[in-house]
Amino acid sequence: MRLIAENLGGERGGEAVFSGIGFALEQGQALIVTGPNGSGKSTLLRVVAGLLPQAEGRVLVEGGGEEFPSVASACHYLGHQNAMKTALSVAENLRFWRAFNGEGRLGVEEALEMVGLAGTGHLPFGYLSTGQRRRAAIAKLLVSHRPVWLLDEPTAGLDKASEERFAGLMRGHCGDGGMIVAATHLPLGLEGAKGLVMGEVG
Amino acid sequence: MLALFARDIRLSIRAGGGALTGVIFFLAVIATIPFGVGPDLNLLARIGPAILWVGALLSCLLGLDRLFQADREDGSLDLLVLGNDRHMLALTVLVKCLAHWGGSVLPLVVAAPLLGLFMNMEPIGIGATALTLLVGTPAITFIGAAGAAVAVALPRGGLLISVLVLPLTIPVLIFGVSASYGATGDPAPFLQPFLILAALTLFLAVLGPVSAALALRQSTD
Repeated sequence: MRLIAENLGGERGGEAVFSGIGFALEQGQALIVTGPNGSGKSTLLRVVAGLLPQAEGRVLVEGGGEEFPSVASACHYLGHQNAMKTALSVAENLRFWRAFNGEGRLGVEEALEMVGLAGTGHLPFGYLSTGQRRRAAIAKLLVSHRPVWLLDEPTAGLDKASEERFAGLMRGHCGDGGMIVAATHLPLGLEGAKGLVMGEVG
Repeated sequence: MLALFARDIRLSIRAGGGALTGVIFFLAVIATIPFGVGPDLNLLARIGPAILWVGALLSCLLGLDRLFQADREDGSLDLLVLGNDRHMLALTVLVKCLAHWGGSVLPLVVAAPLLGLFMNMEPIGIGATALTLLVGTPAITFIGAAGAAVAVALPRGGLLISVLVLPLTIPVLIFGVSASYGATGDPAPFLQPFLILAALTLFLAVLGPVSAALALRQSTD
C-alpha cells in the first residue's frame, strides 16, 4: 500500500500555513518533516490524519483494502499529548486503547517491555515522569497495528537510551512494511528516510 | 465500545471523577428547601416532585462540561475522532453519554427517594418521581452532550453549557414533573406524560449524539 499526498495545503484561523506540499510513501519508507517553529509541521500531520480540513489538495492511501479504507483508519497519531488518563494505571490505559483501536498486535506487558517500562504496568499513569509517559504513549503504537505512524515530536522528553530504543522500534515498523511520517527537530536515527523541509517556499 | 464504557465508569469513580459532586450538590439543594419554605408539611409534600426534578436537573448539568473536555485536554479526543471508521463517532458519543449517566446521574436517581423523605412525600409519590427521573435524566445527558461538544474548545465552558442546554431540557422537566404529579393526584393522568417522557429520551438518544459528533468533528483544531 502507498500513502500519497498531493498539492496539500493547510490553514490555521483562515490563514494559509503551507501549500503545495506533496509526497508519496511506499511500504517501508519514512518521511522526516523538519522546519522552524510555526512552519506548519504539526498542522501538516493533523491535515494528513484528517483532524484538520484540507485547504487544498488531497491525501489518500492506495491498496489499503477493506481493513484500512481511509487514511484515518490506517494511521496511529502520536501528538504532543499522550492521550492517557492520569487516574488509570498504565496497563489499564493500554488495555483500553488496544480494545478500542482493535487490530491487536503485542500484549500490554510485551509492549511495555519493548519501551523499557517492564513492571510499571500497575502504576497510575500520573505517577510517571515526562519521559516515561512518552514511552508509555509509544507503547500504545505497539499494542494495535496500523501501517502508518504519524509522529509529532515523538522523542520530546526522551533520554539518549530511549531515543535509540525508539529508533529501533521505528526501523522494525518500517521493516515490517509500515510507513512513518514524523515531524521533529531532533535526528531520529532513521537512515534512508526521505526529508521534507517546511517553511522554505512562501 | 465496552472498553470505552468501562474506562469512563472507572474514571468517574476514581479520584477526580464527578460521581459524588452531583449527589452532594443535589443533597445541598433539597436539604435547604424546607428551611426556606418553612415547616408547612402539606406545602412541602405538594411541591416535592417539582423540587426533586429541578434539583436533579441542575445537578445533571454540573458535571457535563467535563464530558469531552477531559478527553480533549489529554489528546484522547483526537484518537476517538480518528477511530470514526471503526466506531462511528456518534456511537462513541452515545457510549460516553451512557457511561456519564451511569457514573454521575444514576447516583442522583438512587438518592432521590431518600431526599423525597425530606420533602414529606408519600411513598407512591416518591416511587413515581424516582421512576420518572430514571427514565427522564438520560435525555438531559444526551442534550447536554451536544452542548458540551459545542463548548469543548472553550476553557471555561461550564456556564455556557448550562445556558445553552437549560432551555432545551424544559420539555423533559415539564413531562417528568407532570407524570410524577399524575401518580398522586387523581384527575391528572400518569401514563400519558410518562410515555411522552420516554419518547423524548429515545428521540434525544439519537439526536443528541449525532449533533454532538458533528460539533466534535469541527472542533479538532
